[in-house]
Amino acid sequence: MATVIVDGKEIEIGAHERLNCIEAARRAGVEIPHYCWHPGLSVVASCRMCLVETGTRDAATGKITMMPKLVPGCQTPAKDGTVIVTDTALVKDSRARVEESLLIDHPIDCSICDKAGECLLQDYHFEHGQTERRTDLQPFHSRRRDVGPTVTLFVDRCIMCTRCVRFTREVSGTSELMVINRGSKEEISVFPGFPLDNKLSGNVVDLCPVGALGDKDFLYQQRVWFLKRESNVCGGCSAGCSIVTEHNQDTVYRLKPRENPHVNKWWMCDEGRYGWHHLHSPDRLLSAGRLVSSGEDRETVEWSVVVTRLREELAAAGRLAVAISPMLTLEEAWMLCAAARSIDPQAGLFLGHVPTSGGDESFPGGFTIRAEKCPNRRGIEAIIGLFEPAVRGWDDLVRAVAASEYDAAWITAAYPHAWIDDVTAAPFGRLRSLVVQDLFESPLSKLATWRLPAAGFAERSGTWVNVAHRAQTFTAAVRPPAGVWPEGRLFWNMLGRRGLYDPNAVRRQIADSSVSLAAIGGDMPAHGVDLRVDQLAST
Amino acid sequence: MANFQPVLLEAVGVPGGHTLKSYRERGGYAPLERMLKEKQPAEVTELVKASGLRGRGGAGFPTGLKWTFLPKDHPGPIYLCINADESEPGTFNNRILMEDDPHQVIEGIILSAYATRATTAYLYLRYEYPQCWDRLQSAIDEAYAAGLLGKDIQGSGFSLDLYLHRGAAAYICGEETGLIESLEGKRAWPRIKPPFPAIEGLFRKPTVVNNIETMACVAQIARRGVDWFRSIGVPADPNNPRDPGSYGPKLYCLSGHVERPGCYEAPLGITARQLIDGHGGGVWKGRKAKAVIPGGISMGLLTEAELDTPLDFAGPGKVGCLGLGTAAVVVIDETVSIVDFLHNSCRFFAHESCGQCTPCREGTAWSLRMLERIRAGKGRLKDLELLAEIGNTMGMMPGSTICGLADGAAWPIKNAIKKFRGEFEEYIKRTNPSGWMVTDPVPALPIVGAH
Repeated sequence: MATVIVDGKEIEIGAHERLNCIEAARRAGVEIPHYCWHPGLSVVASCRMCLVETGTRDAATGKITMMPKLVPGCQTPAKDGTVIVTDTALVKDSRARVEESLLIDHPIDCSICDKAGECLLQDYHFEHGQTERRTDLQPFHSRRRDVGPTVTLFVDRCIMCTRCVRFTREVSGTSELMVINRGSKEEISVFPGFPLDNKLSGNVVDLCPVGALGDKDFLYQQRVWFLKRESNVCGGCSAGCSIVTEHNQDTVYRLKPRENPHVNKWWMCDEGRYGWHHLHSPDRLLSAGRLVSSGEDRETVEWSVVVTRLREELAAAGRLAVAISPMLTLEEAWMLCAAARSIDPQAGLFLGHVPTSGGDESFPGGFTIRAEKCPNRRGIEAIIGLFEPAVRGWDDLVRAVAASEYDAAWITAAYPHAWIDDVTAAPFGRLRSLVVQDLFESPLSKLATWRLPAAGFAERSGTWVNVAHRAQTFTAAVRPPAGVWPEGRLFWNMLGRRGLYDPNAVRRQIADSSVSLAAIGGDMPAHGVDLRVDQLAST
Repeated sequence: MANFQPVLLEAVGVPGGHTLKSYRERGGYAPLERMLKEKQPAEVTELVKASGLRGRGGAGFPTGLKWTFLPKDHPGPIYLCINADESEPGTFNNRILMEDDPHQVIEGIILSAYATRATTAYLYLRYEYPQCWDRLQSAIDEAYAAGLLGKDIQGSGFSLDLYLHRGAAAYICGEETGLIESLEGKRAWPRIKPPFPAIEGLFRKPTVVNNIETMACVAQIARRGVDWFRSIGVPADPNNPRDPGSYGPKLYCLSGHVERPGCYEAPLGITARQLIDGHGGGVWKGRKAKAVIPGGISMGLLTEAELDTPLDFAGPGKVGCLGLGTAAVVVIDETVSIVDFLHNSCRFFAHESCGQCTPCREGTAWSLRMLERIRAGKGRLKDLELLAEIGNTMGMMPGSTICGLADGAAWPIKNAIKKFRGEFEEYIKRTNPSGWMVTDPVPALPIVGAH
């Protein structure tokens, strides 16, 4: 262990941890303000906001020797005996001066700036700045530069931390952003004809500590202080990035990556980031519809009636096949399997359609966008494994239905994109009863006896298992639209369980009944659990 | 003093002095050939270390000591970079050396490369020196043809390739890590240290960066010996164990308001007055000096009363200047407004700040804005306080920047305000009789000229 002294308080850090002074001070509960430093990017030590006084304590004598000048906390490693002092007049004056310097050319247009409320320049100014303006008063402009399809640069707001530039060089590897001009005339820009257009571009907006980089998708949509934040998991692909869903009054406004060292570090891809708009699409299925026996019309059925009638009809239809969508959570899948087997003890349980697109795409910074465009294939396979000797997939189900091996099918889908064509769907039309649960109308749902609406990813609670066998539990950020029951609620009620759907109770039940999923039994950490590692540890 | 013979400037005025033939006739390259045969690299380093040679580029770091910071038995390449990005205002001694005696420089480079075990050397030349480019390139070609560069130099087994690289005219490329970044093809933003270039420099390999004049001194030390070198200059202060002394001849660039401006070679420790009166023929037009820049604009100002300050590495610091710098002595006569001087200085640094560190990027621009306003007759006494604060808080010394450019920008401000405060106050009160006492923020003037 190594001892670091932060403002007189001793803290222990691991002997082999490579922490800088900012990280070490944070452990001691001391926030050292910083702009240019970011744990996921190289250190440039250029904003000079994190200047602190440091020294060393002699291990033998206990005598402390201080360095004569200020050093950047980001660049200075915290080692055994390192003394960090952040509350001296020298440090405070230095911070106030950096704040003052940054505001010389800043337009201070907070009232019309999207970043207001979550802006480091604002926060640090209130905390470390000085109340008086000493620089000359000058008219400010609001110059905008369109740097790419997703991002607008508000040139004058920039404080030249270069986080965005380093991101495109080190993480996305695309190097579109650069610094032009020199001295106080410096600006961020792109080379003509080479806009910021890569699959991770939205991250530069998160990295921007001020309001310089604006996300076109979010710009002027909502004041950030109205937003509520729910820790969530992205359903866009099998990477399962930890995210925060930011919403207000059941409307999602943006998704942000949530730091998870095991999954996505600090990043997420644009596909996931902007992949929430389908939640609020006017085309969504919004009610449970039962085909009227006389024709093609559907009558809307009350959910409480669905619970009983669905069970009766499926039981009467005969041999039941169930497709369990990889969009569902572990809990939903488990309840669906249990419900299906309670209707038909021989019910065939199949993994639902797994949408894929291209191949996995990796970036220099280690981030990977997965080809498998669903969040929970591994989880569904694990659940099916509890009920079936082998996991059969969607193609097996299509073949079996075409071969008339089943009389009824219950297809869960909840895919945000079109996923099935008429030809594939056609054999399902011959079934005696077909239940389809999906977000949108599809060739399959047109044939359905029961067309049930599904929940979107941010409307769902439960656990997903990503491509690396990491199980992450999350809570719904928003309620589904009126008239829509999330799948879990329907299954819960079909199982005859009492009270409100409680995914945590189901999760514990799954853990109790399965060795391979035992790791999800306890309280789930924010970063999730690795099913393989924890499994090995317990046996 | 009187019998001091120029050594570094030996070739100046010699017809064809820049050619290999002329250099050979003056005894050049013989010491190199002898050293390659007789001495191990470590012995050459020891020689330079023993000579007390300090880097001539501005910081005055002991050259031999710098070489010993290279990792021992490093398996990969070691690079030698020669800093010829001579852009400190008032400085032109490297130019003289490169134009009039390029082989002296090349001999020094080969010796230094041998001592540091570098097999590749880059000479980073400032863009504005086309004549140097031509002379150096033809000298390098001559050296290759004569087997002084290239593979297996003079049968010694030591190989060296020397590349001439031309910069794109930026002051910051003279900062050693800025130079390295620029050489790598990047924006010349100085690197954070540690790691120092000796550990991780050009292409992330151990690198030594030395000045042109330092190279010439190395060649002369090899030719004339350590004792000769140490017989010139100012010995180390016995009461200050951290003073390595100021040995050897130095090229002083005398310019500004003197009768005979030029590059003069003198022993380190000559006083500014001796230089101006002895070599420069005194301040021009029979006037008095108001101030003298001791070693390039970034070193600050000497007042007329401080002209007896010895111009060695320790001298200017004793009267509040930053140091000897590049030994570019610029004389400012009594008719010049110190406000104009400072405005000029601030404009230079606001233009040349690389813009990486906040205090320098904004501080240099802010000081320029204030000077512009003061010169427009809208100055306030408060501006002097603000300027002094910028001067005192910007730079490597207070720890607020990565490189020394900000210190160079701060020193003229600091010195001018401190040493000529009366003139500033008088100027502000005279030109802004109704507003000099205002302390509230005032409207900024549109800024011209900086970029």
